[in-house]
Amino acid sequence: MASITIDGKVFEVDEKNNLLQECLSHAMDLPYFCWHPSMGSVGSCRQCAVVEYANEEDQKGRLVMACMTEPREGARYSIAAAAKFRAQAIESIMINHPHDCPVCEEGGECHLQDMTVMSGHTYRRYDGKKKTHNNQYLGPFINHEMNRCITCYRCVRYYKDYAGGTDFGPQASHDNTYFGRWQEGPLESEFSGNLVEVCPTGVFTDKPFSKHYSRKWDLQSSPSICTGCSVGCNTNPGERYGTLRRIVNRFNDEVNGYFLCDKGRFGAEYVNSPERIPVSMTRDSHNSDPVQIEPALAKDALKKAAKGAVAIGSPRASMEANYALRELVGEENFYAGISANELGMLNKIIDIYQNKPVNVASVKDIEGSDAVLILGEDLTNTAARLALGVRQSAKNLGRQMGADLNFPIWHDAAIRQLAMDKLSPLYILSPHTTRLDDIAHTSHISSAENSAKIGMAIAHAIDASAPAVEGLNKEEQALALEIAETLKSAKQALIISGTSSLEPALLDAASNIATALHSGNSKANLALVCSESNSMGLALMMQGSGKSIDEAMSAGAKTAIVLENDLYRRAASAKVDAFINSLDQLVVLDHLKNRTGEQANLVLAAATFAESSGTFVNYEGRAQHYYSTFKPDSNIRSSALWLSDKHFNEITADCAAAIANCAAILELTPGENYNFAGLKVPRQHHRYSGRTSMRANINVHEPKQEQDEDGVMVYSMEGVPAIKDAAVLNSPWVPGWNSNQSIFKFQEFAGGPLKQGSKGQRLIANNSTEKTWYEAGTSDFSAEGYKVFPVYHLFGSEELSAYTPAIQEKATSAYVSLSPEDAEKLGLKASDGVQVEHNGAVPFVVRKAIQPGTVGVSVGLKGLNFQDMSAAIALDKAAEWKNPDLWRAANIIVSDKREERVD
Amino acid sequence: MSINNPLTKNIEKGRAPFTFAEYKAAGGYQSFANAIKMAPRDVMGQVKDAGLGGRGGAGFNTGLKWSFSPDPDGLPRYLVVNADEMEPGTFKDRLLMESDPHLLIEGMITASYAIQATTGYIFLRGEYTVAEENLLKAIAEAYDNGMLGKNIQGSDFSLDIYLHTSAGRYICGEETALINALEGKRANPRFKPPFPQVSGLWGRPTLVNNVETICNIPGILTYGVDWFKGLGLGDECGTRISGVSGRVKNPGCWEMPVGTTFRTLLEDYAGGMQDGYELKAFLPGGGSTDFLMPEHLDLPMIPGEVAKAGSRLGTSLIMVLDDKTCPVGTVRNLIKFFAHESCGWCTPCRDGLPWVEHILNKMEEGKGEMKDIEILKEMCGYMGPGNTFCALAPGAAEPLQSSLKYFMDEYESHVKHGCSYKSH
Repeated sequence: MASITIDGKVFEVDEKNNLLQECLSHAMDLPYFCWHPSMGSVGSCRQCAVVEYANEEDQKGRLVMACMTEPREGARYSIAAAAKFRAQAIESIMINHPHDCPVCEEGGECHLQDMTVMSGHTYRRYDGKKKTHNNQYLGPFINHEMNRCITCYRCVRYYKDYAGGTDFGPQASHDNTYFGRWQEGPLESEFSGNLVEVCPTGVFTDKPFSKHYSRKWDLQSSPSICTGCSVGCNTNPGERYGTLRRIVNRFNDEVNGYFLCDKGRFGAEYVNSPERIPVSMTRDSHNSDPVQIEPALAKDALKKAAKGAVAIGSPRASMEANYALRELVGEENFYAGISANELGMLNKIIDIYQNKPVNVASVKDIEGSDAVLILGEDLTNTAARLALGVRQSAKNLGRQMGADLNFPIWHDAAIRQLAMDKLSPLYILSPHTTRLDDIAHTSHISSAENSAKIGMAIAHAIDASAPAVEGLNKEEQALALEIAETLKSAKQALIISGTSSLEPALLDAASNIATALHSGNSKANLALVCSESNSMGLALMMQGSGKSIDEAMSAGAKTAIVLENDLYRRAASAKVDAFINSLDQLVVLDHLKNRTGEQANLVLAAATFAESSGTFVNYEGRAQHYYSTFKPDSNIRSSALWLSDKHFNEITADCAAAIANCAAILELTPGENYNFAGLKVPRQHHRYSGRTSMRANINVHEPKQEQDEDGVMVYSMEGVPAIKDAAVLNSPWVPGWNSNQSIFKFQEFAGGPLKQGSKGQRLIANNSTEKTWYEAGTSDFSAEGYKVFPVYHLFGSEELSAYTPAIQEKATSAYVSLSPEDAEKLGLKASDGVQVEHNGAVPFVVRKAIQPGTVGVSVGLKGLNFQDMSAAIALDKAAEWKNPDLWRAANIIVSDKREERVD
Repeated sequence: MSINNPLTKNIEKGRAPFTFAEYKAAGGYQSFANAIKMAPRDVMGQVKDAGLGGRGGAGFNTGLKWSFSPDPDGLPRYLVVNADEMEPGTFKDRLLMESDPHLLIEGMITASYAIQATTGYIFLRGEYTVAEENLLKAIAEAYDNGMLGKNIQGSDFSLDIYLHTSAGRYICGEETALINALEGKRANPRFKPPFPQVSGLWGRPTLVNNVETICNIPGILTYGVDWFKGLGLGDECGTRISGVSGRVKNPGCWEMPVGTTFRTLLEDYAGGMQDGYELKAFLPGGGSTDFLMPEHLDLPMIPGEVAKAGSRLGTSLIMVLDDKTCPVGTVRNLIKFFAHESCGWCTPCRDGLPWVEHILNKMEEGKGEMKDIEILKEMCGYMGPGNTFCALAPGAAEPLQSSLKYFMDEYESHVKHGCSYKSH
């Protein structure tokens, strides 16, 4: 800590931060544009100028940029003395700005508006013509309106430097600088949506949001959790007139920080889908037309059905919903709605997290690692936010080089120049190239099974007491030694693997490597990715049992209750068909129509995450609570409340008490008795418009404020917002800071952890220091045909987000990936299709880096069910082939090394 | 030693530049033979002792600049010659490169030895096609004669030189922007520190020197420090190329002892003003320096002395403003150039200069207002030193601020009556 003087007042500051950060942390309003807590300082916009004085006698001082200044002990600064310069800076910045706030989507949450007012620019003196630019089509996610640009370079620093995008950058120069793609076309980065929040004004805005736009202050919102994958990024959905309008990032320094992936931001509009199940329905037989049924009757029917029923839970339903189902049918009749293999892998992850000497890595831990090994996980497509984290970890070598020369960590310009292209080591073992290859030291192509072997060899090379493996070739032995050395010499090594490869031996290998790295007090970081938003929660609920969907289907029950789960995504179609046909009654609770629900005798209209509250447990075992954003139509209820007569909080409490490791889920909210001066936390902004008029066409009387299931927040403007010390941080806002930048007012210091709201609770305690090993597997694969490995797509593989129009535009139909050798062997031309054994024909792509004899089969995309694949399949050239309408080869961005795809 | 024009001794108007053999016969390439007998640090020390100031405009001691680079670590390090001569009114490097390319190559070899560079780059202004042709020929000759490549002249020292022709931006004259351009990146200046001496081209230690600076190295290492010191007038060291453009009888550039006065340059070398024209003011060293007035003519062309008069020596190629040319229009032309050449990185430069240009355009069109003069004054402070990321905008503000100081009546008359000059 250092003590400095600003305008005569003494402040204690952390000299590791820059002066701008410290001014903001001490509640001073110092305007800025180009600085961002995650991206550091470059000194471009000149808006945060202050005056620094050389000594006590110095009256004149010199102008410095606060973002580029290290606060020195005893130094004297003045914000006031540079007010004139800052007013000049904003005045010249605004020369070419179109002043179109009334028709701009950013209006009302615009950092440029706030800074313009704060800097005192109220009168326009420039009387010349404004520069104008052409705008580009940038794909389904982002609008481009370059005329609003103030050239702060944040977009390109985020897109290229932070997120590793290669198809967007600054062009031209002087006051004609242009930020866009080399030509029109969809942005390729999977993280492009963050441009919306990174841009301080309205150059990049949320395109799907624009189609049903509402001002920030008119959106009802709540703290929520993304349902896209197992990372559990914190989000802030916004609703108006009963539809979900958009998702914005909600800061959580340990999980998503300031950034979401595009699936998270743009993939939630399935809430508004025409495929939603609007009302509960009954069907006499599996094939007849459904008939609407009143909620009360539906609930009765559900209760009746529960007796003797087998219940199938879900990895995308909340802890509360799963627990309510378990309670309804009894523990003995409750089955995890996932395959035996996946459940086994999840149980293994819990065992590793609990009993091995490892540190389970949050995204923040991932960003802090300086040597990374990824085992068989295509992170960008299975847990995208982690891929962005790994990209940051690669920069730690540069930060270290900077630290050696006493450059502060926030000094992005200096560190970038110093480090150039030097990156911390990243090794990837994968059956195909991935989008992280551009920062990888080595990306080794190898089947999941073989990668597991290499992983075992790495562990053995680090610690000789770990089991050895045989059967690796010389090159792979050398690679294993090289990786072992790299991980051993790292300050904080990180191993990433997960369930997407469907290969349990990879988890064994990952665990052994992390265990081998344990010495003294230091534990290696380990992140094991799961497939869905509550996969880990579901596995915890099973408490180690292996009651998978396969067992459920062979239990012989005549009634099944299926919670938020399309069985055809969990097991082979033929098996599911046989199961459903064997039932007298199939009960389904879900939000969207799917193959399972369409055969149900009773369908209960279940609320989505946006209309219900609950708990998800992410890949690290972190339980996080989401609050419903808006109250659904009276026909729709949250699954937990369909399944139980208890109050929602009671279900949570019972779940916490009954399920091992889950006690902490009770601590995620301040509880139903929470109030501040007798008031709850409002979901609506204090400037919310239309309160008394928006329902006037139905009834001129204002309805009573409705209580929600948590009892913490209210669907109302009334209450105590976060700025007044509410325990829950909803959409951040403070006077003078209308944009998302206001978040710093709620942080312990600008860019630091939040002062209020929950970061979630890690459920799985680990005090293990004992090294125990998984044995190397002995399975030798041999089967006729092409060996199948799964290929995932960020856009399209996940069930729910695939219902979202913007995501559909970025997705494609199902396909197979082949090596050039095999494509030639099959006699395939680019326009041909591939006949997949027993599964019809699909389009194909040729990827150089795929081992001949193996085939990558897309997961979750329309046109092929991965569950119907056997371990090895026969392929043939399809006769009479025409590519399906949904086939969009251009959406398959396989790697940053473009030459890698052949077609 | 009687040579007193080491930079131009081989140059004769109308004659082709010396070939390698001719250059060698005239005493060339001796400096490397002398330097190789010394330790690199000692060569650096000689250059430092000689008091050679950088000739690109800033005038910093060259040997001192070199000494900031860390000790060699066996990995690549670079010498980059800044031959992107883009400063308005400046054409001295062009003369050197077109007329005696071997002098630059010899200088680069010796300088590279001093700083233990493994590779040299010449970053050449794209329009200098004659220089490009002559330099390429000279580089090829140097390779053929064992002055470049592996183990030069049987020594342990190896060096490759590459010529890079610029795609053309004024900002490439800024050494860190030049490095970015050379790497194929946008020509934006970099933040310092790290200085290029520590982390420059491709993250390696790099020294960027002006053409004329490097052309001084052969002389120092051939004829010695004392000889070099003796070349200047008074306490000054060496010679430099100064020149004149504008309405003088004999525009051009000449080598002269450091310390020569502006008057000598203007009247003796350039033959004074053309008949019918009076000297109104002059820019002492390129477009980005403050105007000086006729009363400053007797100042010696030394950075310190020129600074005392409120300007900068810059490149020491003066631009003469005569009494029949509109000073507002002159400044407008300069600002138009600088506004266009701003890289667009920082706000005062990117958005301040076009505003100034707009106001000066208004004035020239007779649409100026008195409040515009106030804005111009404000803009000079706004774009001043320390307020911007690099020196472009503060340099661009210099002719503006000095013209406001000396020619306020002209600005006021432009506002009241429009521009009264026929010639711009």
